[in-house]
Amino acid sequence: MVDEARTATSPEDAGGSPIDALGKRTGMWFFLFTELLFFGGLFLLYSIYRYKFPADFHQAAADENLILGSVNTAILLTSSLAMALAVAALRRGEIRRSVRLQGTTIALGSVFLVIKGIEWGSKIARGIYPNGPTLLSLKNGEIIFFGLYFSMTGLHALHVLVGIAVIAFMIRFTRRGVIGPDRYARLENTGLYWHFVDVVWIYLFPLFYLIT
Amino acid sequence: MDGSGLERRPDETALSPNGTYVAVWAALLVFLGLTIVVARIHVAPFGAAANLLIATVKAALVLVFFMHLRSEGRFLKIMLGVAIGALTFIIMLTFSDVLFRR
Repeated sequence: MVDEARTATSPEDAGGSPIDALGKRTGMWFFLFTELLFFGGLFLLYSIYRYKFPADFHQAAADENLILGSVNTAILLTSSLAMALAVAALRRGEIRRSVRLQGTTIALGSVFLVIKGIEWGSKIARGIYPNGPTLLSLKNGEIIFFGLYFSMTGLHALHVLVGIAVIAFMIRFTRRGVIGPDRYARLENTGLYWHFVDVVWIYLFPLFYLIT
Repeated sequence: MDGSGLERRPDETALSPNGTYVAVWAALLVFLGLTIVVARIHVAPFGAAANLLIATVKAALVLVFFMHLRSEGRFLKIMLGVAIGALTFIIMLTFSDVLFRR
């Protein structure tokens, strides 16, 4: 009974493949929509407070290191290229190349986190951290700017960290043949996640580093 | 026929040749340079808007090419539109309050 029902609606009958590739991607995209609204709430807060304290935001943003921020943006964009090429390589059956490219993505993501850590470290050393002595002596708008800076880049960095961990699993799957040219949905979905995190940074960069 | 030399099932995304991904990456870096220049030359009050516009172009490049939105069906595109539309609506609704407070 159950089997009958299943075969009757199987995609093979409709001339498709036994793997529901679109269904797997759709699930990932829906998760990304929830992520969009998750980050969206913070972007909303940012825009309200920037509207209320334009001068304070302007002044506080001078503390951001434009060179480190720009280099980090370039690194993350490059990591997205490596990820896109890794998915393409796996689909073409170039297993070793795909593993190398996934490794490159992890390496670039790690460099991004190290640079982010240097930026945070420099602020923390100068007493700019939540409830820090220097921070509390600043104007209200500046305190809010740094609060948003830490929460938004922190949440973003957490996503990069999760992405790195997931890609590490993908490298294992690729090596063991769990995923391959015919079953690459996991890697493709990992790619979608990684690119989404890249898109979030594309917006964070001008909001924190380019208010001059 | 997506230039990748691979047959693809109807429910798969179209694979681009490696050159396309590299070209998109190069374009992203050019826009990164452009956004820094725009921020540096102080064209306020248009600087912030220009930088958000450039960010949106970069995001679109990532979505269309790296995330293969180009070859996705209408269903996913509409759903993405609904998600972005919902966020835009929330922001507009909030500002309809914030902008007019006394």
